[in-house]
Amino acid sequence: MVKINGEDFAADGKSVKAFLLEAGFDTKRVAVEINGDILPKSQYENTYLNDGDCVEVVSFVGGG
Amino acid sequence: MIPDKSEWIKALEERHGKELQNKIFSKTVAICGLGGLGSNIAILLARAGVKKLILIDFDKVDVSNLHRQQYKACQVGMYKTEAISCNLKEIAPYLETEIHTAYMDEKNFAKLLQSADIICEAFDNAEAKASLVNFVLSEMPTKYIVAASGMAGLDSANSIRTRRVSKRFYLCGDEKSDAGDGMGLVASRVSVCASHQAHAVLRIISEEFEE
Repeated sequence: MVKINGEDFAADGKSVKAFLLEAGFDTKRVAVEINGDILPKSQYENTYLNDGDCVEVVSFVGGG
Repeated sequence: MIPDKSEWIKALEERHGKELQNKIFSKTVAICGLGGLGSNIAILLARAGVKKLILIDFDKVDVSNLHRQQYKACQVGMYKTEAISCNLKEIAPYLETEIHTAYMDEKNFAKLLQSADIICEAFDNAEAKASLVNFVLSEMPTKYIVAASGMAGLDSANSIRTRRVSKRFYLCGDEKSDAGDGMGLVASRVSVCASHQAHAVLRIISEEFEE
C-alpha cells in the first residue's frame, strides 16, 4: 500500500503520472513529495510508487 | 515627524525582544506577486523590521484591486512594485527594498530569488503557484517557501490555516476555495491568509517550527 495524503491506496507499481491522472489531479497545478522529498515534474513519468511510500500531493487552487 | 533609526530599532526591540529582533533584522524575504496576498505580506513584514524585501510583480494597479490590495486610488496605473515601495517607505523608512517589475517563470526564478532567505508565493494563478513551489524545493535547497492556496469566498476565516507540508515548505489557506468558483476574493479572508504567510515567515525566522 502507498499512503497518499494520509490515505492508503493500492498504487504500488504505478507511475506517479499514472496515479495523478487516474485520481483526477491536474499535473500542472501540483507539487508532489515522496517520503519528504520533492519529486521534480520531469520525473513523474519514470518514478514508480513502492509499498510503504508516503506521498503528499499538494494541489493548488487560484487566488491571491 | 519621522522617528530616527535608533528610535525605530528601540521600539521594535521593546516589542519583540532584542534576540528575536536581531534575527528579524538580518533576514531578506522575497514576495512573488504583489496582489491581495503580497501587498499585505509586504506591509506586515516591513512593520516587523525585516532587513530587506525583494518585491516582484509585472502588473499595474487597477481599480479592481483597490478593494483588497494595499494601494491607494491615486496609484491606479502605477506599477505595483513602484506603488508598494512608496507605501512601504512611508510605513518603514529604514527598510531596504529591491524591486523587479517582471513576469516570473522558470527562466528567472533563480536570478530573482538568489539573495532571499525565505520566499513567499503570492501569485493568483494555480499553475504559477505550483511552478514556483516546485522550483524552490527542487533547485534552491537552502531556502524556505511559504505558499498560499485557497482563500476565496466568504467561508469562515477559521478554515484558513498554516500547514508545514515538509521541512522547507509551508502552505497557508483552506486548500480548496478557488477564486474561479463562486464569489471570488473577499478582502478580509485574503488578508487572513496573507497574515498566516507573514506569521509563518516570522516563526521560521524565530526558529519556532511547526510540527
